[in-house]
Amino acid sequence: MAISDTNATLRRGESRARRRGLAILGFLLTVATTFLGLLAVTFFIGRVVPIDPALAIVGDRAPAHVVERVRLELGLHLPLYQQFWIYLKQALSGDFGTSVLTTNPVLTDIKRVFPATIELATVGTIIGAVLGVPLGVLAAVKRGSIIDQIVRVIGLVGYSVPIFWLGLLALLLFYAKLNWVAYPGRVDIVYEYSFTPVTGFFILDAAMQRQWDVLWDLFRHIILPGSLLGYFSLAYISRMTRSFMLNELSQEYIVAARAKGLSEARIIWFHALRNAAVPLVTVIALSYAGLLEGSVLTETIFAWPGLGLYITNSLQNADMNAVLGGTVVIGSVFVGINLLSDLLYRTLDPRTRSR
Amino acid sequence: MIDLLNKRVRLMATSAAMALLLAGTPQAFAATPADTLVQGWAFDDIITLDPAEAFEISTAEVTANTYSKLVGLDLNDTSKVVGELADSWTVSDDGLTYTFKLKPGLTFASGNPITAEDVAFSFERAVKLDKSPAFLLTQFGLSGDNVTEKAKAADENTFVLTVDKPYAPSFVLNVLTSTVASVVDKKLVMENAQPVTPSEDYKYDSDFGNAFLKTGYAGSGPYKLREWRANEVVVLERNDSYFGEKAPLARVIYRHMKESAGQRLALENGDIDVARNLEPGDIQAISDKEGLDTTSAPKGTIYYFSLNQKNENLAKPEVKEAFKYLVDYDAIGETLIKGIGTIHQTFLPAGQLGASNDTPYSLNVEKAKELLAKAGLADGFSVTMDVRNTQPVTGIAENVQQTLAQAGIKLEIIPGDGKQTLTKYRARQHDIYIGQWGSDYFDPNSNAETFTYNADNSDEGTNKTLAWRNAWDPQDLTEKTQAALLEKDSDKRAAIYEELQKEVLERGPFVIIFQQTEVAGYSDKLKNYKLGPSFDTNFLHSVSKE
Repeated sequence: MAISDTNATLRRGESRARRRGLAILGFLLTVATTFLGLLAVTFFIGRVVPIDPALAIVGDRAPAHVVERVRLELGLHLPLYQQFWIYLKQALSGDFGTSVLTTNPVLTDIKRVFPATIELATVGTIIGAVLGVPLGVLAAVKRGSIIDQIVRVIGLVGYSVPIFWLGLLALLLFYAKLNWVAYPGRVDIVYEYSFTPVTGFFILDAAMQRQWDVLWDLFRHIILPGSLLGYFSLAYISRMTRSFMLNELSQEYIVAARAKGLSEARIIWFHALRNAAVPLVTVIALSYAGLLEGSVLTETIFAWPGLGLYITNSLQNADMNAVLGGTVVIGSVFVGINLLSDLLYRTLDPRTRSR
Repeated sequence: MIDLLNKRVRLMATSAAMALLLAGTPQAFAATPADTLVQGWAFDDIITLDPAEAFEISTAEVTANTYSKLVGLDLNDTSKVVGELADSWTVSDDGLTYTFKLKPGLTFASGNPITAEDVAFSFERAVKLDKSPAFLLTQFGLSGDNVTEKAKAADENTFVLTVDKPYAPSFVLNVLTSTVASVVDKKLVMENAQPVTPSEDYKYDSDFGNAFLKTGYAGSGPYKLREWRANEVVVLERNDSYFGEKAPLARVIYRHMKESAGQRLALENGDIDVARNLEPGDIQAISDKEGLDTTSAPKGTIYYFSLNQKNENLAKPEVKEAFKYLVDYDAIGETLIKGIGTIHQTFLPAGQLGASNDTPYSLNVEKAKELLAKAGLADGFSVTMDVRNTQPVTGIAENVQQTLAQAGIKLEIIPGDGKQTLTKYRARQHDIYIGQWGSDYFDPNSNAETFTYNADNSDEGTNKTLAWRNAWDPQDLTEKTQAALLEKDSDKRAAIYEELQKEVLERGPFVIIFQQTEVAGYSDKLKNYKLGPSFDTNFLHSVSKE
């Protein structure tokens, strides 16, 4: 009895291990093909764009032999598939080439710009989630009431107004007219040379170095673009929260809880929201991922030296190494966030845990 | 897509700025530091700061303020040059040898002394690296093989340059005022040079500090370069060992700002001291505003559109002439380029030797129709124009589209990114191209060489001058352009250029519209803020702040 039991456990353990191994293998395969596809598409689009990359490097006035030499250096005379193969080999060994525009290795550039984007996206998502979830819950609970209507309008505006327009108006009001916030940029030039960031996350750095005046200045810079991004994710998050909550509130366990005499607040915030939280996590994670791509327009308007601005500038200068490097980062972010929300899912919803 | 968005952003920014204008509120001024000059400037063209490699408009200003050359333009009379590092110079009777004596006791910002050896090294590395601006020096017969002989230090204070032909001395000296002739600190540069494996294309075992100087600094100008971050910031600091009068301000910061409306907002709010890329509407608003001022200077940049002679309609002489009558110069001058340019129809910018200010053409639809009828195109024809999506060229293209339509010519505008339209232009695949040309150095040869020189009009031609790009064979003008180079008598030399301009005005495929004026809006706390006659003479060393 005891022996066969152990055997059964062993066998079960074995098959579980095999299943898990297969799952991981499948996951890795998906990731690998995703990246390969991503790189291939970006690479070939970059090469068919009717811009001569050699010209982008040496400029219009360069004599013909200089342009020709640069073309050879870049390997542009090789067939496309060979160029791609060379790029792929380098990328796999961690070398994404050098940016034409900044003359730095692409990885160095990304290490510098990506924290700026993460910082902005985090502030945006925090604002969006902290305000969006309660608003959504409120709208669901008071369905059809004036509150619901107001939340709906806020959501609709946030969803449909172009961000560059709202951004410019906000700048006009809060910067130009009221002077409450600082000029577009990440930090004031006064501090640019007295403050040495360590991690690249300026807010964190300033707090760790106890440079409170810098921290205040950083806050004055990030608050406007952060609120704008926050507003847009708020619009999305509140709508989704509302519909998830409506779904939960019509479930039988809610009726049961009410019949049991639980307080309404406990039913809503504890029972219903907890169940709605599972899909909500995915929504928030995806909206965070969306912001991490670097919101090109927001970064442009607010001169925020992040990934979106970096890729846009590179694209306009036919700086394909930088664009490809940036694309890989965005791809990794998406894969990573998806993975993360899967894991969170399991923590929040016991049913999705494999036994 | 991105460009489209940019356009919308710009449109929105402009209307936002207009709204601000209407609001016209008094506001609290933030202030830039008292010892720092902060400029808002679009410098996305900077790709390197090595004087031997840089050839971009924005870089010219940075290099000019951070490096010194043997000679510089005389800002009071731009047809002359004055010594910077050079105390005096002589030209041999055969016109081949130039001998420069350096001023005594000069040092680089690093503290190393400046000797003729450094000058020779600067020439050597520019020629051997053979980057974009190298042709400025190699056109004197310098090459990687002979440069150490032809440009050498005779002793510690004497530098001797030997050229291959008896050029007009004014030509040689004018070329030496350009930034490629900046003197770099040999000791510092070679300490930072990286070894290179020689190859067929590059025969030397050192990069002559090219990688280091891309972002590094080894000069002796009034300011030293502290940092350049592409599309973000350029920071200059006062060079306390500068040989001339020391700059009053400790620091100059250029902030990359792309949009005119954004620069204006920041200027009005006191976040920057100078706005450098203002559009006509914003210039007007700033000059009306108390506490702000504007300054301007004509620059050596000419805006034109050109007709590809491979297009058989555009190749007809009557059609070329008709196009010149189908531009509403007056309207363009009063609106689209108000404050940022003056109508100019010849290829030499005003201020250069021999430049002519003739403006024989004006909008004349009847005359143009006659010419088109003579060419057998009375019913007009269709043609395309490649237009980079920036102002003022987009506005001008749209304006020309309307005037051409009056004579029955249907113009289709193909918008594109700057590098994209340029790639097409250089491949001679356009019908009409609208763009600009800025002089490489302050000498008439720079523009003559591109507008009137085309020795090989075949598709294989390697000298991609503007004449070549438009498949225009200027016939005898090519020879005349070369003859002007060797004419020692300045008056005679000027006369040749006048003739060349007249010929291009009559039969060239270029419809030249205006000469650029550079404008800056600035806070009136600044003293002595001036723009120079060229992009490498926008000096900052006398600017101070109240």
